[in-house]
Amino acid sequence: MPENVFAPWTDPGAEPLIRFRNVTKRFGDFTAVRDLTLDIYEHEFFALLGPSGCGKTTMMRMLAGFETPSSGHIELAGQNIVPVPPNKRAVNMMFQSYALFPHLNVWDNIAFGLKRDGMPKDALRERVAEMLKLTHLERFARRKPHQISGGQRQRVALARSLAKAPKLLLLDEPMGALDKKLRQETQFELMDIQEKTGTTFVIVTHDQEEAMTVASRVAVMDEGELIQVATPSAIYEAPNCVYVADFIGDVNIIEGAAHRASEKHYTLHWADGQAPLVAASEMTFSPAQKAFLAIRPEKVLVTADRPADAENAIQGRIHDIAYLGNISTYHVEVAGGRLLKAQTANTRRIENRGFTWENRVWLSWDATAGVLLER
Amino acid sequence: MRRVLIIIVPYLWLLALFLIPFAIVLKISLSDVAMARPPYLPQFSWEDGLGAFLSQLDFENFTFLTTDDLYWKAYLSSLQIAATSTLLTLLVGYPIAYAMARAPDEWRATLMMLVILPFWTSFLIRVYSWMGILSQEGYLNQLLLGLGVISEPLIILNTKVAVYIGIVYTYIPFMILPIYAALHRLDSSLIEAAEDLGCSRAKAFWLVTVPLSRNGIIAGCFLVFIPTLGEFVIPSLLGGSGTLMIGKVLWEEFFNNRGWPIASAVAVVLVLILIIPIVLFQQNQQKQNEAQS
Repeated sequence: MPENVFAPWTDPGAEPLIRFRNVTKRFGDFTAVRDLTLDIYEHEFFALLGPSGCGKTTMMRMLAGFETPSSGHIELAGQNIVPVPPNKRAVNMMFQSYALFPHLNVWDNIAFGLKRDGMPKDALRERVAEMLKLTHLERFARRKPHQISGGQRQRVALARSLAKAPKLLLLDEPMGALDKKLRQETQFELMDIQEKTGTTFVIVTHDQEEAMTVASRVAVMDEGELIQVATPSAIYEAPNCVYVADFIGDVNIIEGAAHRASEKHYTLHWADGQAPLVAASEMTFSPAQKAFLAIRPEKVLVTADRPADAENAIQGRIHDIAYLGNISTYHVEVAGGRLLKAQTANTRRIENRGFTWENRVWLSWDATAGVLLER
Repeated sequence: MRRVLIIIVPYLWLLALFLIPFAIVLKISLSDVAMARPPYLPQFSWEDGLGAFLSQLDFENFTFLTTDDLYWKAYLSSLQIAATSTLLTLLVGYPIAYAMARAPDEWRATLMMLVILPFWTSFLIRVYSWMGILSQEGYLNQLLLGLGVISEPLIILNTKVAVYIGIVYTYIPFMILPIYAALHRLDSSLIEAAEDLGCSRAKAFWLVTVPLSRNGIIAGCFLVFIPTLGEFVIPSLLGGSGTLMIGKVLWEEFFNNRGWPIASAVAVVLVLILIIPIVLFQQNQQKQNEAQS
């Protein structure tokens, strides 16, 4: 692995900035976070991803100090922070609602935390100016929050939470209120700012695209547990279960019985009278064990004739075509009425497109294109 | 046409129920006392005409108000009592409003009910019952004597203290409701943000909660101050002869002395004094509406 790749989680000697140790949080008889252990390293941009109610916000609120774990402990830079109140933590949070003080102007909002620290006036003015510059808000310093746009408010919230140069910045659905276009711009801006300031970011989001874009590592959560913690590409290419595969992006899941074919290859019997599918896997399956082949639509090739060298090929009939401009998604009905999705880039103009509804086509992919999963 | 109608109705209402009565009072204040029915002159008659009628009106009663120091002392004392009791009502009402806004959702309706409930009984009866509580043989003294806190009864009734108690008790819903409305709207993540940025709980309260409930505080204070300034029932029932308030002076002038013109002059001056806080109140409400839209 080249040296300039940022991956402290692969280094066994690296000290994590945050350690969750067997953290459980219960609200009455509802368990929001269940016996969770997790390390987050300095300078990471770490995303907690999951559907609403999965416990990601509770994790963040425990880091900020607004919730106390029912059991377990949380360390920040080697120190147990569970008994430390929120105003004494070197952690700042950017709220989903931004929580800008409506009675203060942009400048005073950003200066709020610095004033609480009793920072000398000149240093304070300098720091606020620096934050305004970082977030391109210089022109709006004297405006009240209700006099600026949603995107500007979002930047004020970011500047305010960064002003105190926290060790750790928490971002709760920071782009939830922005429209799609602005969200994409802001995501890149956020990454720039994270790089410039070197702050460790933990972001909570339910938007998988956002998590994939910004994060160095993503933790997929469900029902208070971590399902998989890995880099975005690992999560996408090598999900460890159907839940993750399905949650991140589009996927075809083919269920069947796995049989060992060679040392690293399995065959999957998925429908009567159909040739078994071949898939490479490092995992071990017992004979005829139930398994799931997860394959991304863009890895499935659509052709009129069966490709000669295809390791897997299924014939089907085009049921539906979703034209998205840059790509088209074909819904192809195969044996047993099952629908498989296949995506192709529209490199040609629409009138030159080869297939239409009801066409019989072949779907094909390599043995290494999909992932064989146990559950 | 429909728009004109819609606008005209409230103005007709205002004209009939405020401006015309006020014009009548103003006219009486410019008249002279007379042993007649009604007890003032001149009366308008068609034979003499408008000119003769107007020529008999003068500002004598207003000049009289300045000659007797009873009047300006009463105005001043009313202002002082109204200001003090507004402050007391705020001090008692704010924590109640705060507790209501912070209470669990399912309790709020009940708490709101408890604040409004006293309005269902007559105001007069409630003030009378305070006489029963505060008098020397009253429940409060009996309780304190029984507990051994005091050895002889406290004299509360017929003092300013009793007036303050009465005003705070009577007007506290007017203080609680606007403050509650402001605090209820307050986003709790603002308090969390303040704590996150280094505020203690108390500091967050002063720097965020109080400024953001400012409009509620101002509205509540005016709603208490304005009616208290002309208050008559509470000082006359609980305040005894020692408490000087303009409402009482007015009542005595009107009913005991049958001095309708002087009483009317007192009332006109009171309205003029009240116009200042009422205009300020309106401005505050308008600012609030603008800030919300």
